[in-house]
Amino acid sequence: MNPRRKKRMFAVSSVVAVIAAAIGLMLFALSQNIDLFYTPSEILHGKDGTRPTVGQRLRIGGMVVEGSVERADSSLDVSFDLVDTGPTVKVVYSGILPDLFREGQGIVATGVLQEGNVIRADEVLAKHDEEYMPPELAEAMIGIKHEKPQYSQGTN
Amino acid sequence: MWKWLHPYAKTEETYALCGRLYPWLLWPAIVLSVVGTLWGLAFAPTDYQQGDSFRIIYIHVPGAMLSMGVYAGMAILGFIGLVWQIRTCYMAIAALAPVGAVMTFIALFTGAVWGKPMWGTWWVWDARLTSELILLFLYLGVIALYGAFDDKIQAGKAVAVMSLVGVINLPIIHYSVYWWNTLHQGATISKFDNPSISSDMLWPLLLNILGFGLLIGALACRRLQNEILTREMRRPWVQTLLLGEGAK
Repeated sequence: MNPRRKKRMFAVSSVVAVIAAAIGLMLFALSQNIDLFYTPSEILHGKDGTRPTVGQRLRIGGMVVEGSVERADSSLDVSFDLVDTGPTVKVVYSGILPDLFREGQGIVATGVLQEGNVIRADEVLAKHDEEYMPPELAEAMIGIKHEKPQYSQGTN
Repeated sequence: MWKWLHPYAKTEETYALCGRLYPWLLWPAIVLSVVGTLWGLAFAPTDYQQGDSFRIIYIHVPGAMLSMGVYAGMAILGFIGLVWQIRTCYMAIAALAPVGAVMTFIALFTGAVWGKPMWGTWWVWDARLTSELILLFLYLGVIALYGAFDDKIQAGKAVAVMSLVGVINLPIIHYSVYWWNTLHQGATISKFDNPSISSDMLWPLLLNILGFGLLIGALACRRLQNEILTREMRRPWVQTLLLGEGAK
């Protein structure tokens, strides 16, 4: 390779490397702001030393604890517990839950943190994982936990 | 080793090569995409959680993968163009950018349509979705920048630099779901050793990815030929070519 090309290659590569390093540092510095949600343990124990305060608007993401979903008889009010690895946080919500919402499912809720580690949510989004498989296989591999609920059979 | 590439620095050689490649890319692309899409939409099994809604994966994933693939290609062309000062590379970037922008749009649009029934929202500002949106803006920037210069050599250098700098976004898009917590799920098929999708769902997806890729190749060839003809309108070889084709 002739020296002029070598010089240009060096210049181009170093410009890209410097910008990549700059953006990498920026993203690293911003990383806690880029996270979409707090996990339940981050709400209780804080994240990087700062604990979310009561009244703060935030998103929480976690797994719905099995057996924790309580629905009101005469309204759309629902409450459930979220967990990641340790403690649970209670979420109360009034409205229609997404189809994928079920116990054991990951969800992301947006709401306001209240006393006693309760979040009053105004939006609940379902998170799904990257596993795709036919129902028969799912039944064989992970049991019938993920079968469609009965009430949706007639309408779909 | 790379000597065989040297003739293609000449635009007429590249023009001829693109013309030869075009049918070999186009027809397999059509066959693969049609088979993959039909198989995916009609014959692949339903998902255990998402039912039939998951089928949009057969458009979404090829669109998203190739939106990144095309940008990576543009960055490589930009690097070669800047270091070896080859104009054909700049023209190829200009030819690829709108194709890549369309792929990015397809990925974003089908993602929104998929997100509404499954997640419960069209859009959320998580790291994956935002970085893919930035990719769309990068494409639009490249297109606009190329159009903004009258001197197309200058324009070519500018878009080469922009493509190269923007390539930093690609690893961010790919790893966004691991570096930060996001609503978007993790990667399914890029874990090649153990893809988290059952094989009868995976095959049509792979066919579609390959089909879309070849289609992009075919479109890029045609667009590059066009770009070369427009830019070299006054060169004798183009004049002979056009007169020859006109006489036929």
